[in-house]
Amino acid sequence: MDVLTQNFSLYGRGLLGTVQLTVYASLLALALGVLMAAFRVAPVASLRAFGTAWVTVLRNTPLTLLFFAVMLGLPRFGLILPFTAFAVLALGCYTSAFICEAVRSGINTVPVGQGEAARSLGMTFEQTLGAVVLPQAFRAVIPPVGSTLIALAKNSAIAGSFSVTELLGTYKPLNEMGYSIIWSFVWIAVGYLLVTLTISAIFTVLEKRWGVPR
Amino acid sequence: MTTTAVLYDVPGPRTVRRHRLYGVIATLVLLALIGWVIYLLVDTGQFAYRKWMPFEYVGIQELLLRGLANTLKAFALAAVLSLALGAVLAAGRLSDHRPVRWLATLVVEFFRAMPVLVMIFFVFVALKVQPLPALVTGLTLYNGSVLAEVFRAGVAAVDRGQREAAYSLGLRKTQVMTYVLVPQGVRAMLPAIISQLVVALKDTSLGFLITYEEFLHAGKLIASNLDYDLPFIPVVMVISPVYIGMCMLLSWCANWVAKRQRRSVKTEKVRVAPPGPGAPLPGDTP
Repeated sequence: MDVLTQNFSLYGRGLLGTVQLTVYASLLALALGVLMAAFRVAPVASLRAFGTAWVTVLRNTPLTLLFFAVMLGLPRFGLILPFTAFAVLALGCYTSAFICEAVRSGINTVPVGQGEAARSLGMTFEQTLGAVVLPQAFRAVIPPVGSTLIALAKNSAIAGSFSVTELLGTYKPLNEMGYSIIWSFVWIAVGYLLVTLTISAIFTVLEKRWGVPR
Repeated sequence: MTTTAVLYDVPGPRTVRRHRLYGVIATLVLLALIGWVIYLLVDTGQFAYRKWMPFEYVGIQELLLRGLANTLKAFALAAVLSLALGAVLAAGRLSDHRPVRWLATLVVEFFRAMPVLVMIFFVFVALKVQPLPALVTGLTLYNGSVLAEVFRAGVAAVDRGQREAAYSLGLRKTQVMTYVLVPQGVRAMLPAIISQLVVALKDTSLGFLITYEEFLHAGKLIASNLDYDLPFIPVVMVISPVYIGMCMLLSWCANWVAKRQRRSVKTEKVRVAPPGPGAPLPGDTP
């Protein structure tokens, strides 16, 4: 118990780092993922190919390798950013592949008849998409995006080993100061549970508000 | 394509022309992007002989192969152990005894909610074991818990009549499980199980962070060698295709199994003997 009370600021900074990483990387992943999903269903073949390649490569790359490549590789091209920015980049790109697949399968759950009915009513492409297809797809997408973002929060632990301040990294100074390892890990676990449970609570609310049982 | 059917009408001649224009523009932009990346690579001298020289040496090739072997070893151990743990935990979650069910649920939910890396670091730092056991333990706990849920979902998805029929034949609880429910459940969940193994394969690279001498670690050793002018980008270009290839191979297996299952026995083509003069017609009385 002492570990937490005596090192509250250390844990606080770590938790804040994890939350920051999660929030920024989520925003990047959502933006990139939706863009890639749009590419994958676009009527333009080269964009579809690009989207498919993006998803296939990133889904099959170990995140550690991606971190390794981004953190140590990009500086070789003269791109110097703070470590946190690199971590957000790696996490965001990696997760965007999963978001893309979630969004794409969300669009696929909308029955074809919906689009056909909208078009037969004389709606334009924008109206069909904005008023009929996307609202329905959005509702189907909430649960899978939620679990993807929880996975993102858990994956952010890898950043700690690449000199980013986050929750898992706090065990090191605590270990050096001679605190009980078991207890310092217990509080780290509680911190992660806090983050993941918050995300799942947010998505439960979103689903209650927007989700439609089919 | 089924994905575009809900989004677009079948395009008319003008739209086809417009789409073709977009296609040309998009291709040009993408090619420009690729060209720019290649220019950056060449400009910073990533294709210089000195940076690629290390891969010619037998010692370095052996180092990489040893790393790859270690990665596969960790993967094999983690895969077998997590399948076993998954089976045990799934049996616990499906148990008729409430305390067993609660305990299994608690274990599964806890390990699913924790980052794998926290478990790996905990085992490595707190229990002071070697990197390989630490990595395998962490991966087993996480993937075993996820697989337990997959197994449970598979067993739950088996048609209810199967269980009822088995009980009505007088089979015992364990027999119903082992002879009827588990074979069908596992069969249905095989794609999901293989996909989870892909996750385990990808996560073996976390061993790099606890100095397990796996593939990425070997790459790091080569990349940080000053003699070859820090061949970082070449190392990434050699290592990532191997990782991506291995994972894609496994994912492809999962897809193949899934596709195989969607094939119904009823609609499969059957070889029928050609009709001959002596062949009986349906309705003929012999």
